Amino acid sequence: MSTVRIPPVLRETVGGSRTVDAAGATVAAVLDDLFARHPALRDRVTDDGQLSRFVNVYVNDRDVRYREGLETPVGPDDTVILLPAMAGGSS
Amino acid sequence: MSAPATQLREVSAEGALDLASKGYRILDVREPVEWNAGHIPDATLLPLADLPSRAAEVVPDKNAPLLVHCAVGARSLRAAAWLLQNGYRDVVSMRASLRDWRQLGGAWEAPQELLTSAQQLRYSRQVLIPEIGQAGQRKLLDSRVLLIGAGGLGSPVALYLAASGIGTLGLVDDDVVDESNLQRQVLHTSDRVGMAKTKSARLTLNALNPETRVKEHRERLTAENVERLIADYDVIVDGTDNFDTRYLLNDAAVRLRKPVVHGSIYRWDGQVTTFVPFAGPCYRCMYPTQPPDELAPACAVAGVLGVLPGIVGLIQANEVFKLVLGVGETLAGRLLMFDAMSTEFSEVKVWRDPACPACGEGAQQ
Repeated sequence: MSTVRIPPVLRETVGGSRTVDAAGATVAAVLDDLFARHPALRDRVTDDGQLSRFVNVYVNDRDVRYREGLETPVGPDDTVILLPAMAGGSS
Repeated sequence: MSAPATQLREVSAEGALDLASKGYRILDVREPVEWNAGHIPDATLLPLADLPSRAAEVVPDKNAPLLVHCAVGARSLRAAAWLLQNGYRDVVSMRASLRDWRQLGGAWEAPQELLTSAQQLRYSRQVLIPEIGQAGQRKLLDSRVLLIGAGGLGSPVALYLAASGIGTLGLVDDDVVDESNLQRQVLHTSDRVGMAKTKSARLTLNALNPETRVKEHRERLTAENVERLIADYDVIVDGTDNFDTRYLLNDAAVRLRKPVVHGSIYRWDGQVTTFVPFAGPCYRCMYPTQPPDELAPACAVAGVLGVLPGIVGLIQANEVFKLVLGVGETLAGRLLMFDAMSTEFSEVKVWRDPACPACGEGAQQ
């Protein structure tokens, strides 16, 4: 099982946890398992079954866009990070 | 049998010029701070208080003819007396001011110093740091930093930048101080509720450091004004509260090649990074697509821990220092994340996107 870090804005969809476990040998497989366990999360970050473009995905500290995308391998000790942009600042 | 001490002689500025032209070695017995404000180019600095410990080292030859001066002739008289008592044979004190010396055409070296004595004192604790020094402090004093937002993130950034002597701070904000701001926006105070944030910020910053030039830009960043606002600044600090402004600022900063120090906060979480156009990724490289509004609420909706903008803002201020000083490694290419609930920092790498519409291969360089 690898660890998936959930960004603050999405934590309510996983019961408030900062991290959850999910199984799979690739990012796609990990996400499938993650969404099966947390359907509310799937509703927030997928469009037509695809991961929405506004969610960056990292395996450890590497953006999967610059690796093999959803086919990027994930090991049991790896951390998958979901990261949408964060807006807050001034007001 | 020791030779009797020579009579202590005093000369006018005219007499001193004459002796100098005859090869008398000039000793300046003032303090270093006075020396730094201007001195006779051929003189050697040897403060009166240092005479007993350093005279033998600085003037090993006790037969050397010496012309001693200070600012007006009092300390030099005491110095000359000490030198004579300690075996120096030909010592003359100038009983005149250095202004007299200069008016008669005496050689003079204007201050080369980068800092005034007041600045040396005020910023002494950071001037002592080898990577800063006087030259670095001068860079800070000459630098111009624009803060987008004089609120949560802008408050700590502005306070510390002003304190450390950043010369010009521009503040872009069209809002007024609200009571609910005061829990985290430490530039503002209870008695300023209703006042323009830029004005409240200026009052606070100039109370802290009267030398800081605070420029109030009481407007919102728009497509029309963004280039005009950022054009005159060296570094931009992004503490805005919405994506439209962040993308707008990013695109203009890339066009004008201005580094942007980015900070964002949400409840217990913060993110910081630095964008240096064409040298590293930009905001669009990192986040090509913005999330829907419900996934990106502002502080007013979502809430924010009071200390969080303090922590994130000071990391931003640290980035500004490194950019201005040209030292260290910035967060360019790295997104630093802070989780206040667990007190954890982590980071991910951010790459330049060759397909980035703002700074990618297809974009105008």
